Amino acid sequence: MTGVQKIGVIFFLVGLVVFTVLPFVGTYTLTEDLVRSNTKEIHQDKMTEILAPLYGEKFSSNFSFLSAFGEHFDTYNDGLKSQQLWDQVIWDDYSFALAKAALESPVRDYPWYFLGLSIGLAVLGGLLYAFPLYSQEPEGIKNNGIFHSKLMNRGWMGIAAGTYLILFYILLYWFPAYLVNVVTMVDPISTLLNGGPASQWFLYGLIYTLAIIVFGIRMFRKYRGNKYQQLRTASLIFFQTGFAFLIPEILVLLNKPYFDFKNIWPLDYDFFYDYQIETFLSSGGIGMFMLVWGILLILIGVPVFTYFFGKRWYCSWVCGCGGLAETLGDPFRQLSDKSVKAWKYERVIVHSVLVLVVLMTVVTLANYFSGFSFLGNVTNQLHSFYGFAIGSAFAGVVGTGFYPLMGNRVWCRFGCPLAAYLGLVQRFKSRFRITTNGGQCISCGNCSTYCEMGIDVRWYAQRGQNIVRSSCVGCGVCSSVCPRGVLKLENGPEKNRINDLPIIIGNDSIKLNP
Amino acid sequence: MSQSRHVVIIGNGIAGVTFARHLRKKDQNASITIISGESAYFFSRTALMYVFMGHMKFEHTQPYANDFWEKNRIELKQAWVESVDFSAKKLVLKEGEAITYDQLVLATGSKPNKIGWLGQDLEGVQGLYSKQDLELMERNTEGVERAVVVGGGLIGIEMAEMLAYKKIPVTFLVRESGFWDIVLPKEESELVGRHILEHHVDLRLETELEEILPDSSGRVRAVRTKSGEEIPCQFVGLTIGVKPNVEFLRNSGLELGSGVKVDRFFRTNIPDVFAIGDCAEFHESPAEGRKRIEQVWYTGRMHGETLAYNFINKPVPYQPGVWFNSAKFFDIEYQTYGTVPPKWDDQTLKSFYWEHAGGKVAFRMLMENTGKVLGVNNLGFRLRHEFFDQAIREKWDGVKVISLLEQGNFDPEFFAPYYLEIQKAFKKQFGGDFQPSKKSFIQKLLGARV
Repeated sequence: MTGVQKIGVIFFLVGLVVFTVLPFVGTYTLTEDLVRSNTKEIHQDKMTEILAPLYGEKFSSNFSFLSAFGEHFDTYNDGLKSQQLWDQVIWDDYSFALAKAALESPVRDYPWYFLGLSIGLAVLGGLLYAFPLYSQEPEGIKNNGIFHSKLMNRGWMGIAAGTYLILFYILLYWFPAYLVNVVTMVDPISTLLNGGPASQWFLYGLIYTLAIIVFGIRMFRKYRGNKYQQLRTASLIFFQTGFAFLIPEILVLLNKPYFDFKNIWPLDYDFFYDYQIETFLSSGGIGMFMLVWGILLILIGVPVFTYFFGKRWYCSWVCGCGGLAETLGDPFRQLSDKSVKAWKYERVIVHSVLVLVVLMTVVTLANYFSGFSFLGNVTNQLHSFYGFAIGSAFAGVVGTGFYPLMGNRVWCRFGCPLAAYLGLVQRFKSRFRITTNGGQCISCGNCSTYCEMGIDVRWYAQRGQNIVRSSCVGCGVCSSVCPRGVLKLENGPEKNRINDLPIIIGNDSIKLNP
Repeated sequence: MSQSRHVVIIGNGIAGVTFARHLRKKDQNASITIISGESAYFFSRTALMYVFMGHMKFEHTQPYANDFWEKNRIELKQAWVESVDFSAKKLVLKEGEAITYDQLVLATGSKPNKIGWLGQDLEGVQGLYSKQDLELMERNTEGVERAVVVGGGLIGIEMAEMLAYKKIPVTFLVRESGFWDIVLPKEESELVGRHILEHHVDLRLETELEEILPDSSGRVRAVRTKSGEEIPCQFVGLTIGVKPNVEFLRNSGLELGSGVKVDRFFRTNIPDVFAIGDCAEFHESPAEGRKRIEQVWYTGRMHGETLAYNFINKPVPYQPGVWFNSAKFFDIEYQTYGTVPPKWDDQTLKSFYWEHAGGKVAFRMLMENTGKVLGVNNLGFRLRHEFFDQAIREKWDGVKVISLLEQGNFDPEFFAPYYLEIQKAFKKQFGGDFQPSKKSFIQKLLGARV
């Protein structure tokens, strides 16, 4: 490690510590005005009354404030619930909005300063670390020491990193009120981009994009001399920064619906939710375009592109989840489980999620067009279950939090319904395959070890067989790490794509598998 | 043959395991036992260096899951064979246990060569072949400040790379005037030599080991070269090739040369005893230009395939096809197809050699005087096995090979189209009625350059 890199690591750690400490800085003072201006009109009177005992009191931490808030709010709601007065219960969660409004902290006064000290310092540190990587070495694959690393081989650093990520996701999804300080910190950037204050999702989107950029630069260094990996990484950075982050925010600034043009149902599971469709239909030409565009991607984009290029065109070149997995997650790709057992679980789970999301969407649409009240209830139940179990817990907490524990594609492999859909096309109707180069395989195992999807690539390669698997995201790393030039990702004629009974070249005595 | 013959294989390397797998596919009744003292399960020997360097864990080098063997009813026994009593069809294990067989397949592999240097058995001096060698090397390289590797071949350069991973300065003694020049022609050998230097390995060509010197505790402290230079070091890697691992079979009635003598059906002089892989020595070369002992992963596999076939069907002689091989020298991949000797007579053969300006990518094609292709070497980029197997087998004209080179390219998508430059260079040197390939739309779009 060079001196610059050491400074980078220190900066990164300092930034991380500051970011971790910031949520617990500052005091919280609620007033009636704040409650009134941060609640819906129908709840204003009730909320100002419920929270009256808190007015003017200065809470010294988010814990004490949120527990006092919860106490009063829950007492009110629980009373109604015990009397079964369901329609009077306040279902909206105002804790985030009110905590953010009640916050008094140096972060709120000097957001740029603290942004620089936390996220800024971490990003700068990451860049200082990434740019000089391998600069003293010739081009080539750099997997030295991965299984001797405490971070990349589930050592204490890996477990610590996983725990941190998991806790962060739990706060982000279910207890965002604890994060108002760091959300407030990015208000100025949010205002610049979309004209309004930040939500926790804006903060998340910003960190997510920065992580892909910084770790993308690490990818450029690690795979120096490998054009496929360079271009793929550049594409991922481009789609995340432009399509997933900037364009949706700018649309909001222009008073248009928030929309990520490269997100596709069923990964984008709420695309057909009634409020989404209402938004599209009520936003004029551009709203209509978004609706049609989204449907075209599902019905034509996915099958056509996957036919020509395999599912990699999306999963490892465009997708945001793939983007994070291939950059931030790259150091952990070797931790995926290659056992046949894992493959069995994978097939059952990922296709179950696909069935579930299709079912949910059919019910949602039936409800939308019929307005039948029974369906309405079922729809709501399904939405809240899916949003909690799949959208948040699986895709977020497990999907990313488990990078250092189970590899970087846990969500993509076991959970993503779009990956399942793309995979079905790839398996049964596509020109894509990974070609095995005759008899050159030496069974070393690098390909299988570094397959993030847990495909036992060697199983096929050592038999001279092409690799055609629904789960393959086409990241190309098996081909990159192969020391004998055995694997090549290719699009070609469907004929002989799957060579179930390969003849390994080189032995003229007999015809194996004639 | 009885319904439940007991086939015993000594050695669980690529040859023995390939044989066992193919036999099981075709014969559901045979009882199959593989005996190995080296490891419980089959692993890829070629991958040992990656375990040392932390690219993989040892388990990752095992091509089959542990339950594979039970599922396929291949019994594994981890033990060393002490001796074989061929007349009683019986093996005796080190622990004293005896195992009888109906048919025996010897696939015992190799051992590192040692040629009687003074000090070759000192602590800290070793070869690299087996799992035990790897474990020894892990212990032997702890706290080492300097190392010497002796022998300019494939294992030598692997050891140098392994030591470099541990940031141990390495001096690499090569007796010949170029790295691996008993196999590589001069230009290729020089290219690899430059790359070795680029990795800060102290490569000493035309330098021969005289003696390995001990310290007071019996560990190596230095080596002395033939020119009298003393190089201090605490580790010495001896990598001057391997020899068949057959010493335990001497004086047992089995005909041995360097290896177990076999005919082209892998039959030894004793009925129901066969030998395949590194340890087998053919009475006569199995095909033109082939060695009588083939110590290569791929040939071990082919021996296993062929012998298993012969166990079930009317036996056929072993007939290797077009030669191929591959290796990786630090970051530079090497492949070869067909016949390219290190030296040839310019009067009878024509050689085309192209090297990229960066000095890390090269292509050689050797042709007969009539222009028919004999073989190719490629360094730093990948070629398609199927394409060259066909071209060499069918003795295509060199011009045809080059004109179709785009099809023979196996580099990943978006990589520099070296084949364009190769085509231009060939045309300039040898002429030929063909147009170099055009850049594709994507290549133009991305400004692909060589």
